[in-house]
Amino acid sequence: MGKRMTGTVRSVARLADGVYDLRVEAGLTNPAPGRFVHLAVPGFPLRRPISLCGCENGVARLVFAVKGGGTAAMAAWRPGDTVDLLGALGNGFPEPDGGAGKTVLVGGGIGLPPLLYYAKTHPDTHCIAGFRSAGHVILAGEFPSLELCTDDGSAGFSSYPHQRLEELLKNREPVARVLACGPEPLLKATAKVCREFGTPCFVSAEERMGCGVGACLVCVCAAGGTYKRVCKDGPVFDAAEWGETV
Amino acid sequence: MTDLSVSVAGVPMKNPLVAVSGCFGFGREYDEYFDISLLGGLCVKGLNVSGRPGNPPPRIAEAPGGCLNSVGLQNPGIEAFLREDLPFLRTKDITVIANIFGGTAEEYAEAARMLGDSADMLEVNISCPNLKCGGVNFASDPKAAAEVTEAVKKVAKVPVCIKLSPNVTDIASVAVACRDAGADALSLINTLLGMRIDIETRRPVLRMNTGGLSGSAIFPVAVRCVWQAAAAAGLPVIGMGGVSSGSDAAEMMIAGASAVGVGTALFGDPAAPVRILRELTEWCGRHGIENVSGLTGSVRAY
Ligand SMILES: Cc1cc2nc3c(=O)[nH]c(=O)nc-3n(C[C@H](O)[C@H](O)[C@H](O)COP(=O)(O)OP(=O)(O)OC[C@H]3O[C@@H](n4cnc5c(N)ncnc54)[C@H](O)[C@@H]3O)c2cc1C
Ligand SMILES: Cc1cc2nc3c(=O)[nH]c(=O)nc-3n(C[C@H](O)[C@H](O)[C@H](O)COP(=O)(O)O)c2cc1C
Ligand code: FES
Repeated sequence: MGKRMTGTVRSVARLADGVYDLRVEAGLTNPAPGRFVHLAVPGFPLRRPISLCGCENGVARLVFAVKGGGTAAMAAWRPGDTVDLLGALGNGFPEPDGGAGKTVLVGGGIGLPPLLYYAKTHPDTHCIAGFRSAGHVILAGEFPSLELCTDDGSAGFSSYPHQRLEELLKNREPVARVLACGPEPLLKATAKVCREFGTPCFVSAEERMGCGVGACLVCVCAAGGTYKRVCKDGPVFDAAEWGETV
Repeated sequence: MTDLSVSVAGVPMKNPLVAVSGCFGFGREYDEYFDISLLGGLCVKGLNVSGRPGNPPPRIAEAPGGCLNSVGLQNPGIEAFLREDLPFLRTKDITVIANIFGGTAEEYAEAARMLGDSADMLEVNISCPNLKCGGVNFASDPKAAAEVTEAVKKVAKVPVCIKLSPNVTDIASVAVACRDAGADALSLINTLLGMRIDIETRRPVLRMNTGGLSGSAIFPVAVRCVWQAAAAAGLPVIGMGGVSSGSDAAEMMIAGASAVGVGTALFGDPAAPVRILRELTEWCGRHGIENVSGLTGSVRAY
């Protein structure tokens, strides 16, 4: 269950071109990785959903890319500013069910933040992270185990993360399950690879939101043959049902 | 102390604040943020006989002072509502208004029949811009509006409120036609048809291309429509459209509303209706108003 909170900005740091690391003291207690907060940005009618990238001693870590006016305004927040937020919202990644092998985290670009939170709070993870180029890499050094891919080959492997995942599964590495977050094409490709190998897979979906609490039905995605609410039924969905057309 | 109680077509409410249809689900979600029994009434998400999956996403686009939506009346159908949702609402001290729609006058009547007297009032949505009801937009033609009103009134066991659209040239004539066909009350306004385009991709933001504009951007249009419809038809009105403060609520009532709906303001402030009620109560207190219902239609128009 989410709450409305008034937080205080502790710091805003630039991680890469147009990507910021925001720390907000808000009193969230142990929100599960994969859950998100819904931030009010003064002057904008709608709140902005941002996944938790961490939460220690009530200080939430939010890593976001500047896309439009709302995130640009957030990048200009300063320590001491107050932030009106709803959180923590939605369902996080499921806990390990005891299956043999590692949890493989497949992430692309600004999809990395919730996966980092998961990696820092769970044992036995391995992350396959993809970025457009070396200049776009964020958070990679913070994962306990990570392999880097770039679309242009300027750092790490010159391939897409789902292709590396496929290699891993082909080589019969023990993979208990896969958690994925990133651009939709990457999520679809990852889900497809997992389906082929019979590996459980969970994806974090993204949709434009209104209320954020499950009441307005604007944030839906197709799942299990119906439209489900990303804010309340997700944002994490079992890849086996996610995207199944209505 | 101001007496906050109001009555809409004989249906009592302990205060004039109503959560509007489509922004409040069936009440459960917001009940986690405030006790929904604090509200006068709740209009449930639009219902039809057999339910609807709704439109493909994206279904929302931000706009100055509000947003566009193209939900497309996603709902589980009346049977599921009666089974899964109404029992919860009946544990609350709140007037329940069942919002219904259909593709034909017969479908509207069937929806009303299925609901019987389970809700305290029916709100008949003839004005959703996201659905072409069999090619007819009932709210834009006084004759079609009257036909639906008559069909529902024939079978309804509770007072009937017709929800009007602002997307018409003469809202007064639609209001009068509904009254003449037997409507007990009116609610307005539904959303205004709009559009947003991403200039980089040249794609509409909404998957349905167009959608309904709501939020404070539409407040002056709503006040105008409420004033015109209430004055022309002389029926009680639930006024809605962009209400986001206690002074907005007072203005809506002075224009002619007996009760005031709040929707899009919830997206910014999940406790908006209770805040607005508090602000309205304080405003009434400062102005020595004994009965909030005395505000209704008190505009001193030129
Ligand atoms: C559950 C969830 C978690 C997210 N986590 C993160 C995160 O950790 N880091 C991050 O950088 N981004 C994240 N996003 C995406 C982020 O919400 C958008 O980039 C942001 O809302 C864009 O706002 P804007 O004002 O800059 O852009 P504008 O395009 O000006 O925004 C206009 C409207 O569209 C909405 N919108 C635009 N793009 C998106 C999008 N991709 N997803 C949802 N709504 C959108 C905005 O919220 C706003 O209502 C997440 C989205 C969801 C749904
Ligand atoms: C997301 C959303 C869904 C809506 N769904 C319905 C609906 O199902 N039936 C209906 O009659 N009106 C619906 N409406 C219209 C509202 O009930 C209301 O008339 C309109 O939004 C104006 O009020 P507001 O500006 O306070 O939101 C919806 C509005 C929004 C924003
Ligand atoms: S944003 Fe309202 S239901 Fe998800």
